[in-house]
Amino acid sequence: MTQVSMTVNGKAVSGDVEGRTLLSSFLRDKLGMTGTHVGCDTSQCGACVVHVDGAAVKSCTMLALEAEGASVDTIEGQAAADGSLNAIQQAFQDHHGLQCGFCTPGMVMSAAALLKENPKPSESDVREYLEGNICRCTGYHNIVKAIMAASGQDVSAIAAE
Amino acid sequence: MYNFEFVKPASVADAVAALGEEDAQALGGGQTLIPTLKQRLAAPSKLVSLSGIAEMKGVSAADGVLSVGGATTHGTVAAEAGAYPALADLASHIGDPAVRNRGTIGGSLANNDPSACYPSAALASGATIVTNAREIAADDYFQGMFTTALEEGEIITAVKFPIPEAANYQKFLQPASRFALVGVFVAKYADGVRVAVTGASEDGVFRWSEAEAALSKEFRGDALMDLKVDPANMIGDLHGTKEYRAHLVGVLTKRAVVAAG
Ligand SMILES: Cc1cc2nc3c(=O)[nH]c(=O)nc-3n(C[C@H](O)[C@H](O)[C@H](O)COP(=O)(O)OP(=O)(O)OC[C@H]3O[C@@H](n4cnc5c(N)ncnc54)[C@H](O)[C@@H]3O)c2cc1C
Ligand code: FES
Ligand code: FES
Repeated sequence: MTQVSMTVNGKAVSGDVEGRTLLSSFLRDKLGMTGTHVGCDTSQCGACVVHVDGAAVKSCTMLALEAEGASVDTIEGQAAADGSLNAIQQAFQDHHGLQCGFCTPGMVMSAAALLKENPKPSESDVREYLEGNICRCTGYHNIVKAIMAASGQDVSAIAAE
Repeated sequence: MYNFEFVKPASVADAVAALGEEDAQALGGGQTLIPTLKQRLAAPSKLVSLSGIAEMKGVSAADGVLSVGGATTHGTVAAEAGAYPALADLASHIGDPAVRNRGTIGGSLANNDPSACYPSAALASGATIVTNAREIAADDYFQGMFTTALEEGEIITAVKFPIPEAANYQKFLQPASRFALVGVFVAKYADGVRVAVTGASEDGVFRWSEAEAALSKEFRGDALMDLKVDPANMIGDLHGTKEYRAHLVGVLTKRAVVAAG
């Protein structure tokens, strides 16, 4: 076991991990932060996306020890301390951007990374950026709509499907 | 995943020393290796992370050559390889944003997946693969699917791409894996045109020499009109037959020439 230390949602944390411990396992099993989901074994679904030093990464495909000293942001850090949702989360609720909710933490974290890079994305920008986030329920349409809305764009012209 | 020891050296020399141990293996971005370890298809005793080695990171251009550090992520190449736009464009379409934020050029070339994008760029550009020990010409480096000229414990520290007059990469997406079903990279230099094909052949990335000869004479899509690719050596699987891939090679090469202008 080796000790790893990092900042998660602004708070300093540390814990003992093995070489093989994934960042997703460290967050979920060591820190009890189960908001980050694990939906596959093949690095393809994106349910586990978190930000490491500001960049979206698949936490199931990064070793916890690689995040030594890093600043990590997860879905748990998105809402305000009083529980009020941020603009992206609120837009997912308003536009029915989730059904079962399994993919949602990764979708929200990917959307946050996109809007930081590109504050007014087009519909195709959003679809392209979400290539690595798989949703088995919604058909994506309302997810795209929610992200467009969260960026302050008028989505009334995007037909409901 | 079997357990292993993890080390993160800060220099190439320390990484090479750590890799000298039996069953030690390099870790780039982990975007191929970690899924492989999860399936227990590999059992290294030690992983030597290359992500802390500053001298292996970054993109620079000088004297008509673009140099990319071996541990540079796809995302960084997409953002910083403006001196070689076709290469930046290729990097910006690998996988998805999260894969591009971790995956590296060295990992991609070391792995030499038959459907990976970078091998086609390296081969079509006549790039030089720089390792801790030597420089390897792309023409000697790729030796068939998942096989390269790298020795045990040798690491790619940089890749040098001669910048072409015009170039383009056409990727026909395999939408489930996000890799190329077939990809063609065309690069035009003063002394001729090079065409490299990924995703298609049982032998991994290859140069399509008939197309190179025709395009070197006349750099127009129509120059390819009479050329046919032999399906015999093509990959045939549930995503596409041999004949389909052979056909795509012709179509994508033509598109790449038209797009390169
Ligand atoms: C969902 C998904 C989609 C993808 N889509 C694409 C795609 O469209 N096109 C594409 O080309 N690739 C794609 N990839 C693969 C991706 O580009 C990987 O990043 C790349 O193949 C491996 O690079 P890595 O840095 O992650 O290497 P790792 O996974 O860390 O390592 C791969 C191999 O290379 C060795 N290695 C790593 N770095 C070095 C080095 N500097 N010198 C010597 N050996 C080294 C390792 O020991 C290992 O054997 C995708 C991957 C995923 C998960
Ligand atoms: S759980 Fe990480 S990509 Fe699926
Ligand atoms: S809401 Fe169920 S997987 Fe996306």
